[in-house]
Amino acid sequence: MSGVRHLYVHLPFCAHRCGYCDFVTVVGRGDQHGAYVGAVLAELELHRDVLDERLDTIFLGGGTPTFTEPDALARLLAGLPAAEEITAEANPETVTAELAERLRAGGVTRVSLGAQSFEPRLLDVLERSASPDDVRRAVSTLRAAGVDNVSLDLVYGIPGQSVVDLESDLAEALALGPEHLSCYELEAKPGTRFTRAHGAELDRQADAMEGYFERVVETLTGAGYRWYETANFCRDGERDLRAKHNLGYWRGRDYLGIGIGAVSTVSGLRRRNLPALPRYLAALAAGEEPPCELEPIDVETRAREVLMLGLRLDEPLVLSDVTDAVDEEELERLVALGLVELTANGRGPELRLTDRGRYLGGAVTAQLMA
Amino acid sequence: MEQDRIRNFAIIAHIDHGKSTLADRILELTGAVSEREMREQLLDSMELERERGITIKAQAVRVAWKGHQLNLIDTPGHVDFTYEVSRSLQACEGALLVVDAAQGIEAQTLANAYLAIDGGLEIVPAANKIDLPQADPDGAARELGDLLGEEPERVLRISAKTGIGVPDVLDAIVERIPPPQGERDAPARALVFDSSYDQYRGVVAFVRVVDGSFSTREPLRAMAQGTEFDAEEIGVMSPARTPVESLSAGEVGYVVTGLKDVSRLRVGDTLTSRRRPAREPLPGYQDVKPMVFAGIFPTDSDDYPELRDALERLKLNDASLSYEPETSQALGFGFRCGFLGLLHMEIVRERLEREFDLDLLITAPNVAYRATTRTGEAVEVHNPAEMPRELEQVEEPYVKASVIVPKQYVGAVMELANERRGTFDHMEYLSEDRVLLLYELPLGEIVLDFYDQLKSRTRGYASFDYDLAGFRPGDLTRVDILVAGEQVDALSLIIHRDAAYDRGRQLVERLREEIPRQMIDVPVQAAIGSRVIARETIKARRKDVLAKCYGGDITRKRKLLEKQKKGKKRMKQVGSVEVPQEAFLAVLNLDSDRKRS
Repeated sequence: MSGVRHLYVHLPFCAHRCGYCDFVTVVGRGDQHGAYVGAVLAELELHRDVLDERLDTIFLGGGTPTFTEPDALARLLAGLPAAEEITAEANPETVTAELAERLRAGGVTRVSLGAQSFEPRLLDVLERSASPDDVRRAVSTLRAAGVDNVSLDLVYGIPGQSVVDLESDLAEALALGPEHLSCYELEAKPGTRFTRAHGAELDRQADAMEGYFERVVETLTGAGYRWYETANFCRDGERDLRAKHNLGYWRGRDYLGIGIGAVSTVSGLRRRNLPALPRYLAALAAGEEPPCELEPIDVETRAREVLMLGLRLDEPLVLSDVTDAVDEEELERLVALGLVELTANGRGPELRLTDRGRYLGGAVTAQLMA
Repeated sequence: MEQDRIRNFAIIAHIDHGKSTLADRILELTGAVSEREMREQLLDSMELERERGITIKAQAVRVAWKGHQLNLIDTPGHVDFTYEVSRSLQACEGALLVVDAAQGIEAQTLANAYLAIDGGLEIVPAANKIDLPQADPDGAARELGDLLGEEPERVLRISAKTGIGVPDVLDAIVERIPPPQGERDAPARALVFDSSYDQYRGVVAFVRVVDGSFSTREPLRAMAQGTEFDAEEIGVMSPARTPVESLSAGEVGYVVTGLKDVSRLRVGDTLTSRRRPAREPLPGYQDVKPMVFAGIFPTDSDDYPELRDALERLKLNDASLSYEPETSQALGFGFRCGFLGLLHMEIVRERLEREFDLDLLITAPNVAYRATTRTGEAVEVHNPAEMPRELEQVEEPYVKASVIVPKQYVGAVMELANERRGTFDHMEYLSEDRVLLLYELPLGEIVLDFYDQLKSRTRGYASFDYDLAGFRPGDLTRVDILVAGEQVDALSLIIHRDAAYDRGRQLVERLREEIPRQMIDVPVQAAIGSRVIARETIKARRKDVLAKCYGGDITRKRKLLEKQKKGKKRMKQVGSVEVPQEAFLAVLNLDSDRKRS
């Protein structure tokens, strides 16, 4: 049996926690970055046996990986195995020529920049510290350092964002010629500081913003990008510019996650490291596995996940891989409604969502699930 | 007891004129119940009755007064239950007619008085509530005198609340009401005028013995149905069940039958002894035909068997309730139930929900229709969705409605009656300022909210009663509601052609508001035959995605979808559209909402 070929590394440190963020983050603590990297590498060692000799992808996510103290970051990169694709998330304001060089030297092949918006007013709402110029500068700095795979994250549905704002954000992003774009609708989680501050405004705008998703898709596909996943787009061409690490998730591959809050799914067992930093550091300092939650993923559950994840992609899903997870009657109905497409080829029947089905992907999937 | 010392009587009155209070006072005064034991309105044993202040089920109580045995048979006091009143009266020789002295004669006073007169009963009139400052005992006595052709002086003046005049009432019962005239030595015959179901002892029949006598453990037969059983216990209500050795001609009591199957003994049947059976049964009751129908469905389809059992139980105490299985595409398996009227329907629904703990969905009520198809076939239709489309003619039930109001509200009543396709019959002054109006109205126009409207437009002063007056042709049409091109059977209705467009419009608008947006555009239409008379579109949702989904999110997102999926299972499927039950409920409540606003 071949080993796990996808590795996720969580780097939780941030200069500031943005109001809408729901990731595991730790603000500041510059003095602990080194210790954390040491612990992460120790955790990697503990799991080394499940990893394949050759990794396909590594993803450094956060937090703000590039906020990690430079020497510690360099030490981490040096300690990671080689992989075909190594992605690092970065906040634009952290990208300097020096950092770009360090990333390159550390083997990073792809940088994902959290641009979010190009409208200062909206960046303020999101509590982002990067300015639009920081984003532009970051892209050119990365280019200069030879990073030929840059992804930009955009957020839409920001309180106060008009259609004109949205279009201008998309145009600004396109002008930078990124290889890849991730566009997320803002999620205002109930009970968060952000929702308390902006929930009412979001409710008021809900109707107006209903068409934003379509507009994002239309604009980006119109500009020659491939809508390969619900929220992800890549430049269409000879090079396959899809995020290979994330494709691993969406295709239902096993993956190992290390660092606080990181999640792994290996051989039917899902493990989630607890988010508390001190306990994580203490456990690994003692040579023990960090505290975690375990969730066995049985075959049926896994099939439902494969269905849920696979339908996010523009490539078809082999029906026989998810038969148990699919409600046959609903499938028929959804096909009749023009939301799901059934095709056949050598591998037997395959299904995928139609474009309209993809706009309603969540509801369609819920419907389709047995 | 000798028959000449027995008096069987009922109390009849308009709702709230004090019938139950008088019954309570009689029980107290005769020592049947001590004051301490006295609960308000003891005779109304059902929780619901006490709460609503109305009597639904007749009950019989034996009391003693000056060497006489008095059997008080209580009667319901609402327009829907005229039939039960007439049933109770058949077990009596006389009736106490009670009128609120502050209100005077009301519509049900008339209806009940006529029932008693038709039954050949001796009527003892009483003006009640004379202790109230606004009471007009003389006026009430004059009205009663006019109604019964008696001297106003013969009208008793009482206050059931304070007890004033109640002994006179008991004396008058003994003096004026004739004793029963049964044949003591003839083969035994008893009329079953009511029944109830005891969880442990089975069916308990309430009987009026007409001839002969019955003893405990006597082998009995119900003559109409042929059901045979032994009298496990015979007794009287005083007011608790009290066993006695025997009941003889003229007496009123109960028989514990031990029957577990409620359908085996019908109210109206005649009991006789198998040892020496009577030849002829007593005249039974006419089966009343329910005129108001509605579908009753369990909210959770798993409750269907419970609903069926519950209806069977209710039917035992309520011969006027009818039901037959109905399958609705939109609402699943349920029953089409027939009721005497709207209050009856409400009571059945509440009893099902309270006593049987069922969650129900009830369609809008409709009346019975008689349709003649183009091929000349005649059908009686109880469900609008079953109305044939190719019709020659539809007949609907009409009623003769009597309304009594202070004269300043005559205009308001006429206006309402006109809106409801009423035909004016005649009008008379009962007193200087109280008017009786008679109208003929389609029953279909009054089943929904006529009574509420009447009350609100006359500031509560109007009283109302009606009698069925046969079927008549009407310009009626069937309106269907289609969601995504599929007819929603539960929402079909039959309505006068002039009102069809408006009602169709309201229904589709309401549905558009209530049905959540779907994954596709959903047209909602009202149609007469193939002609669409109103249309709305529920616009499709434009997006419904989980924004992001990476390694760490998978469990949470999967659970979210699983939960969403579960939620959908509670929806009712209409073609390709999922409609939450609340949407149907909201639409079924359309009328009440509309009219009240």
